[in-house]
Amino acid sequence: MKSENTQFSPDPDGFYGEYGGAFIPEMLYSNVKQLQDEYLKIIESVEFQEKYHQLLKDYVGRPSPLYEATNLSKKYGARIFLKREDLNHTGAHKINNTIGQILLAKKLGKKRIIAETGAGQHGVATATVCALMQLQCVVYMGSTDIIRQAPNVARMKMLGAEVRSAESGSKTLKDATNEAIRDWINHPADTHYIIGSVVGPHPYPDLVARLQAVISAEIKDQLLLKTGKSLPDFVLACVGGGSNAAGAFYHFLNEAAVCLIGAEAGGEGIKTSKTAASLQVGKKGIIHGCMTSLMQTADGQITEPHSISAGLDYPGIGPLHAWLYKSERATYESVTDDEALNAAFELASLEGIIPALESAHALALLAKRSWKKNDIVVVNLSGRGDKDLATYMKKLEKNE
Amino acid sequence: MNRIITHFHEKPQENLAVYFTAGYPEINSTLSVISQLDQSGADLIEIGLPFSDPLADGPVIQHSGKIALDNGLTSAVLFEQLKSVRTLSGKPLLIMGYLNPFLQFGPEAFLQHMESCGLDGLILPDLPPEIFEKTFQKMFQRYNICPVFLVTPETSESRIRYIDSLSKGFIYAVSSSSTTGSTGGIGQVALSYLGKLKALSLNNPVLTGFGISTFNDLQQIWAQCQGGIVGSALINNIDKKKADFGIPAFIQKLTQQSNDTSTQ
Repeated sequence: MKSENTQFSPDPDGFYGEYGGAFIPEMLYSNVKQLQDEYLKIIESVEFQEKYHQLLKDYVGRPSPLYEATNLSKKYGARIFLKREDLNHTGAHKINNTIGQILLAKKLGKKRIIAETGAGQHGVATATVCALMQLQCVVYMGSTDIIRQAPNVARMKMLGAEVRSAESGSKTLKDATNEAIRDWINHPADTHYIIGSVVGPHPYPDLVARLQAVISAEIKDQLLLKTGKSLPDFVLACVGGGSNAAGAFYHFLNEAAVCLIGAEAGGEGIKTSKTAASLQVGKKGIIHGCMTSLMQTADGQITEPHSISAGLDYPGIGPLHAWLYKSERATYESVTDDEALNAAFELASLEGIIPALESAHALALLAKRSWKKNDIVVVNLSGRGDKDLATYMKKLEKNE
Repeated sequence: MNRIITHFHEKPQENLAVYFTAGYPEINSTLSVISQLDQSGADLIEIGLPFSDPLADGPVIQHSGKIALDNGLTSAVLFEQLKSVRTLSGKPLLIMGYLNPFLQFGPEAFLQHMESCGLDGLILPDLPPEIFEKTFQKMFQRYNICPVFLVTPETSESRIRYIDSLSKGFIYAVSSSSTTGSTGGIGQVALSYLGKLKALSLNNPVLTGFGISTFNDLQQIWAQCQGGIVGSALINNIDKKKADFGIPAFIQKLTQQSNDTSTQ
């Protein structure tokens, strides 16, 4: 986890090329500055690393398996490996970040934790570590999402978190994030904000990427054992804010031979207004304190995204991805709602694994390219699909 | 000379600055609201440019901003409305908004439009002073627009001095750690913080905002700095059924002692 990605690490002001930074109102300056000054010292300390890796092993269940999906491989004519983040405690990669940030919060002496959530996965992962560390937890969630992700709301409540409804704007992830930031402005002294993705003001994009980097560190080791090579030819991951992709790409960023591909949520298609493909249809602008590629009107008002997957339903994207796209280090393709649904059903029937709708976007990339027999392709299976069963059932009913 | 700077020479104390949201309550009410504020005795007027995601604002300004956006207000529409504003008011006029609409309009074009409408200052709470200094300071000077920055009770003395060195016109002191429209009033913490600011003998006058809604609040602020800023309280009191939007009555209540204790 040392700072080895010099070319793709942010500069001291938090910029990846022209993206990133910390465009925050002065009310947040002290808190954000404290994080900027302390985060590397803390997370690179031996004490932190020991606790973090111990918890990842004993509590989360890491390392997550790297599974060679033979039926899928046969179908697509490549060696396809699935990085099973869906098997983590709480069912997604999100907990890698919350474990790290709760340790950071404790080190900073914070007593109260706030978080935003869209689909509820990050909210559940935050509520979980707050219970573990006995800290007060408030999760902001758009009122629309509270209704469509009811099981995760129940999980958060059982874990002792208070779920507060965000009633502004489109009442989804963007608005929950606004409310969490406003809460932080109102409680600067005792509160740490555990942001759920590689978004927000510096240092969050880098902090969260480093905490998720365990994914690619493990892929390297596991691939070496299974194939004799530590570098895959391709890494595929879905991108909303982009934390699982940042983690899956991280240790390959300086390996030019590894082709990195992100799947953006195309929604009903990037030619329609119902999309969340921020790189394909966005323009440079500021959201949640960060300069990035952003869906917005010509007047600079942020527009409402659409994706079948609540976890990818974000009008911006992490500044690291905006930079990887711009500098052509990684490529990003958009995957429609229907393509993602088909990919989810394909994985269920070929491999006996029900993926989260978010992860299904990454799987859908398999059908969009032609592969060579010896290609080693790693797909980051970021989460499991239990939370999406209602959506999957609707498709089943349609098909019957 | 910029009107804000001239104003503080002429009236260094007991200032009332008022914020309202452009395009609220009606798309075309912007100029009438400015005119009402001017005639009711507001010393400086902050024209709020609404943004879809106003992080520093509480529910009242969020709501008025949403209505203004739904009404069709944009930067371009606002500048069109403000073309004739100088026939209505000679008071210092500022725009207060967020960085993204400013960037998308084009910083140079935005400042140019401000100058040609006769506006005096710009407050963008999410524009970091460091970025301003590096990228925009010369541009603001070229169009004679005063940049106004926020300080809070958490801001260190060295940073306050840095912000003071970049600011023109006045410094915007946030009374407490909060978003706009908090109803806690002005507490001891805020007063002692304003006392500390006073002791720093800054180059710029200090106006204090956030959480100021009553005569009492304003009196306390006036004792500590050059003036107070009222926003959410005004917007809460805007009555679109009245020809004067209820603005003169509100400003009167705010600036004159009343026997009616229920307003406190």
